[in-house]
Amino acid sequence: MNHVIEINNLSKDYETGFWRKRKVRALDSLDLNVKGGQIFGFLGGNGAGKTTTIKILMSLLYPTEGMAKILGRDISDVQMHSSIGYCPENPYFYDYLTAREIMNYFGELFGLSTERRKTRTEQLLTSVGLSEKDWDRQLRKFSKGMLQRVGLAQALINSPEVVFLDEPMSGLDPIGRREIRELIVGLREKGTTVFMSTHILSDVESLCDEVAILRKGRLAATGNLTDLLSETGGTRSFEIVVSGVSPVALNEDLTAVAGATTAFHPSGARIEVLAEEDIDRVFPMIRKNGGRLVSVTPVKQSLEDLFVRETKADEVSA
Amino acid sequence: MLLVIGCAVLLGDLTDGQEARTIVNISLNAMLLFGVFIAIFVGVGLVSKEIEKRTVFAIFAKPVSRPQFIIGKYLGLCLTLLINIVVMGLGVVAALAYVGDRELVFSIWGAIYLIFLELAIVTSVAIVFSSFSSAALSALLTFLVFLIGHLSTSLRDLGQALGSEVARIVFEIIYYVLPNLQLFSFRSEAANGLVPNAEMMLGATAYALVYVVIMLAIAAFVFQRRNFK
Repeated sequence: MNHVIEINNLSKDYETGFWRKRKVRALDSLDLNVKGGQIFGFLGGNGAGKTTTIKILMSLLYPTEGMAKILGRDISDVQMHSSIGYCPENPYFYDYLTAREIMNYFGELFGLSTERRKTRTEQLLTSVGLSEKDWDRQLRKFSKGMLQRVGLAQALINSPEVVFLDEPMSGLDPIGRREIRELIVGLREKGTTVFMSTHILSDVESLCDEVAILRKGRLAATGNLTDLLSETGGTRSFEIVVSGVSPVALNEDLTAVAGATTAFHPSGARIEVLAEEDIDRVFPMIRKNGGRLVSVTPVKQSLEDLFVRETKADEVSA
Repeated sequence: MLLVIGCAVLLGDLTDGQEARTIVNISLNAMLLFGVFIAIFVGVGLVSKEIEKRTVFAIFAKPVSRPQFIIGKYLGLCLTLLINIVVMGLGVVAALAYVGDRELVFSIWGAIYLIFLELAIVTSVAIVFSSFSSAALSALLTFLVFLIGHLSTSLRDLGQALGSEVARIVFEIIYYVLPNLQLFSFRSEAANGLVPNAEMMLGATAYALVYVVIMLAIAAFVFQRRNFK
């Protein structure tokens, strides 16, 4: 299998304290392989080691142990950076430059021709949803969301094969998020590998092909998102929605069904049962109490359930 | 600088027959001081501010090595200093033309070149400090190096005069480690119409070149090992 990102036994210790004698392990023996042409979600709670991993891959931090390769080349290879893009979390740029100037500057660092820089700048600033009137404004006058858009645009100036996005939706409004989601999907369609860390799980569910979840610097789970959700739980429960039911009487009957929970509302009730066979037991109770069946829906394990379980596994076991 | 030149012209009026000499003396010293001010305060911020403001994050994700970054920053500031010093030099030339002195118009450029070499060394020292410490501390340390650099020969003589072997070794180390900036001092001589000879110019150029290369190598080495959290 062709892996564009290969991470082997990667660890990072931060030295803290006045004499730098105390070590804090931010990343612990991380092994991870990312296939090409997909959107890979890198998840984890605050301080799990996501940004540390990305910074090591970008050669901003040196690993304490282990090694990593991008596109088959060691991360210390400066020329490898010609084929990748990176949008840092809360991107910082020279704020006295305009959006157009910063794009031109980064394009020059990649050795792009003047014409290419101009074309890419206009294409990308448009595609990240930055209106043309803002292109020649200094970045110091930009909002957080606008800076985020410039950050995404500059990460793509060189048409990278792999792009690393650290919290790409941070600071964006709902319309901005949708535009960036479409942009990311468009990158996958062109064959670009997208490696993104994010806290927004709905974006991961709608965008990512594979995910990895970090917990306290260690890899807690990784794999295809659909497989992960089904193999670690599949259908969690069944939701039965009924109308015109008598709450008191139905509640009494449901005590016979183990694990059944009920939420009543003026027009009816929502009953949740844990097993499929419980549905057949609940139907007669509904009819008996004058209710009418509206719907039965299997409730699947969500990414949020998986994320919460994986990131809190240590607390539970402790 | 224009103000300094204007003052120099006015002071020159007060020194009977010495207008041109006064103009050159004051202007070249002001040129060095302004240049050092720029070299220190811009130089120390060149690297440390990039780290503090996290602008390096996006840069090092591009195909730019850390030594390239240091050298690029250094050359950029040197070019700024060169343009600054040439413009100042032209201002002095204009002032000399105003007082009607033609001899000094040509002889000052040797001293100006030596001032530039001195500024190039001070900038390289600022970049070394900037690669591992804060802007404020870097500015202080660079200024101290500038001061000691102008006194290093005297300090070496002092070390020998003290009669203590330890003092001699300490001052000898300071003499060789810190730049000897007196090698680039030709301002008073230039005001008297003298021109640095080829030997002095070549020696100063070689010294500056070697010193700058060593400083940049140290800065690149230190910077290469840094983690950007």
